[in-house]
Amino acid sequence: MIGRLFDRAWLLSDSPQSRAQAAWGRRYRLWCDFRANKPALYGLATVIALLACAILAPLLATHDPVTQNLGQRLLPPSTQHWLGTDELGRDVYSRLLYGARVTLGMVLAVVVLVAPIGLAVGCVAGYYRGAADVILMRVTDVFLAFPRLILALAFVAAIQPGMTSAVIAIALTTWPPYARLARAETMTIRDADYIAAVRMTGASSGRIILRHIMPLCLGSLIVRVTLDMSAIIIFAASLGFLGMGAQPPSPEWGTMIATARRFLLDQWWVPLIPGIAILVASLAFNLLGDGLRDVLDPRQG
Amino acid sequence: MQRHSPARTLARLGATVSSLAITLFGLVLVTFFIGRVIPIDPVLTILGDHARPELVERMRIELGLDKPLPVQFWIYLTHLFRGDLGRSVMTSNLVVDDIKLYFPATVELGTTAMIFATLIGIPLGVLSAVRRNSRLDQFVRVFSIVGHSIPIPVLGLISLLVFYAWLGWAPGTGRVGVAYVGMTPTVTGFLTVDALIAGDADVFWDALSHLMLPAAVLAYFSMAYISRMTRAFMIDALAGEYVITARAKGLSPARVIWRHAFGNIAVRLATVLALTYAGLLEGAVVTEMIFSWPGIGQYLTVSLLNADMNAVIGATLLVGFVYMVLNLLADVAYRVLDPRV
Amino acid sequence: MLVEISGLNISFPTPHGMHAAVRDVSMTLGTEKLGIVGESGSGKSLTARALLRLLPPAAVTRADTLRFDGIDVLSASEKQMGMIRGRRAGLILQDPKYSLNPIMTAGDQIAEAWRNRRKGSRRQAKEAAIDLLAQVQIRDPRRVADSYPHELSGGMGQRVMIAMMLAPDPELLIADEPTSALDASVQAEILKLMEDLVSRRNMGLMLISHDLPLVGHFCDRVAVMYAGRVVEELAAGELGQARHPYTRALLDCMPSLTHPRPRLPVMARDPAWLT
Repeated sequence: MIGRLFDRAWLLSDSPQSRAQAAWGRRYRLWCDFRANKPALYGLATVIALLACAILAPLLATHDPVTQNLGQRLLPPSTQHWLGTDELGRDVYSRLLYGARVTLGMVLAVVVLVAPIGLAVGCVAGYYRGAADVILMRVTDVFLAFPRLILALAFVAAIQPGMTSAVIAIALTTWPPYARLARAETMTIRDADYIAAVRMTGASSGRIILRHIMPLCLGSLIVRVTLDMSAIIIFAASLGFLGMGAQPPSPEWGTMIATARRFLLDQWWVPLIPGIAILVASLAFNLLGDGLRDVLDPRQG
Repeated sequence: MQRHSPARTLARLGATVSSLAITLFGLVLVTFFIGRVIPIDPVLTILGDHARPELVERMRIELGLDKPLPVQFWIYLTHLFRGDLGRSVMTSNLVVDDIKLYFPATVELGTTAMIFATLIGIPLGVLSAVRRNSRLDQFVRVFSIVGHSIPIPVLGLISLLVFYAWLGWAPGTGRVGVAYVGMTPTVTGFLTVDALIAGDADVFWDALSHLMLPAAVLAYFSMAYISRMTRAFMIDALAGEYVITARAKGLSPARVIWRHAFGNIAVRLATVLALTYAGLLEGAVVTEMIFSWPGIGQYLTVSLLNADMNAVIGATLLVGFVYMVLNLLADVAYRVLDPRV
Repeated sequence: MLVEISGLNISFPTPHGMHAAVRDVSMTLGTEKLGIVGESGSGKSLTARALLRLLPPAAVTRADTLRFDGIDVLSASEKQMGMIRGRRAGLILQDPKYSLNPIMTAGDQIAEAWRNRRKGSRRQAKEAAIDLLAQVQIRDPRRVADSYPHELSGGMGQRVMIAMMLAPDPELLIADEPTSALDASVQAEILKLMEDLVSRRNMGLMLISHDLPLVGHFCDRVAVMYAGRVVEELAAGELGQARHPYTRALLDCMPSLTHPRPRLPVMARDPAWLT
């Protein structure tokens, strides 16, 4: 079986002999389409590299990210400190690596919170229609009517600035478009004949939604999530920059910019290096998302 | 002939207004609860931590905090209707007066940015759609994906470093040089316009030069979005059969592109522009912090850091309200301008 | 000769190399009515559009001769093409729902075509548009002139399209499936109108269709295209003597009221037709 996955003829066969062969053939064709898109491949490679940095941070780091050394403040890049040191003498390179953990962790947390909520709200609204639909969509509209950053800021300030509240605030303002998307998909699926067939066999509404509708909404949801990741990264960094996200001494990239801002004119690399890290990460997710969309969900293009 | 009757138009308008009212109510409700869940006791903020208990109790009654939440909400609503947003602890002014002071600066910044974004973004999008896959098109695509990926703090800091510190082309942060502060009477609240009204050329040029860099930074993200949308719409429009008809009529390429293809996307683009302008309000928060621009975004952030909840809620409500109105305008523009709807 | 085409080849790039859509097509057209018949994908529309150089940018066109009234279309400047398109040759497309600009009134679109050739004021152009609408037998031309395309029926839209293309008094009219999107009852009316106008103005007509008997009825000559080639060309009156098996098969597939058959024959395609 595994060996066959490297056999082009088996994968591209016009008459697959088994379900597995058909499924793998489809995946292989999608991969071929995706592979033709060079920028998307760069995006994928960068995302993988970022993940590796985050996971392997303790191995790759040359210094402890929080140990201060006031004798070595604001040093330019050198063999000792590859990307220099910050205002408290901490090694910027090591902080960036650990910062990747914070940033990707926040993105992951937001996605894990938002995707199921959006999916559930959208599927329920789209499936039951009527009053449930009206109420849920009205709530969605209210959240969509807010400027996202402002709502998140007010929310964080009301509880307490920090990483957890930043994640909750971002999630709070990110779910409505997912609900909209899932609802639109559900509306088109729910009237299909095979759903009627499932209903005839006596399946409950809950079962239909969970087993038959939600899996079909996943494709467009994944595309949307990937495209949103760069927005979430920028969002988290902006909150950090405004002092409402992760709090110092956390090596969150936005927070690092905020604390090093005042050294812009003389030691410009200190605030700009985390900035470039944010740019690279968000660019990578954008490129990857564009590529995925072209392959998986051309309609959204 | 299927022209719409006035009754139908009126019914539609009614539906739009009522949905606006419901959304507005939701907006107020959400801000009210954000204001109430705050762990900092507003009474202690006013009186200090060591106030005598009976004083705290009296203050609590005075502020209406002893009443049940629905009653508090009702009081909050009635105050809101009278345009009373309370008093800011930080500036000790009425929040409404603070907003009048800070908001015009944001509008001035946002509008300038919007003009940049539109004037550059639309022609770029049209040209890259017309010359698809050309060098120009590739440049526009890279330009717009970078615009989507770069956070405003990073772009702002880089531009300050390059144009202010290294090249010396831009003046520093703030809205106007220190020497010119308060030189012109406030009429519109837009410093450039006020300077023109007062006929003071020095203040005008100084204010304008302070405006350019933050406006350009704020414009970049929107410009990227506008050119990307314009490009997508134009590619769609140029593939239309009516474009072939227009070419078969012997019209010049410019007329085919602008009158026929662009004419067809103009309405959709107007919607995009209104939404972009609303989005600029958000970007303004961060931009104002970087360039020390005394606008509503800076007011909001500073109030947040000081837990000045009346100011926070006032500014949030204002921005939310403007955002909603712009969304509504986008919708109305679509219905009024497109003969098909 | 109004139109001279010989050795015309049109191809498109695909992931698997160039795909030839039109292969070695030759035909001529004077002040007459030429019908081009073929199934979708046979290259009939591409041939007509190549004559006005209105092909998609990806298309690669080669020809020994491709001339409009002696002007070499392939080497003509964009300015020269502007003199041909709209002024000396008009093009009517299949579905007025898509081929009329949805945000301009019918009158404005006709006036625009009129003003492109003649210098005149807006008012004159508007009057000319209304006059043209009357010529295509629209009963209430003023009201139609102020209507948007979505407010018009298909037949009405196609009349507007005809009026627009006749506005500059062209010498040639190319009609690309002008009635396929219309109701059967309106089809004959529109074709009759077009034939009348073309005969009265002494123009050439290139009528593209997939309906062989219809074309045979309205045209002087018929060219049958299959898979990018002209397989047979003959006078309309001689359709009965068609020799190519594809033409014969097309005629054979028609239901007949006088000789009803329980089952229509299905065309058996011969790979030899492709060579």
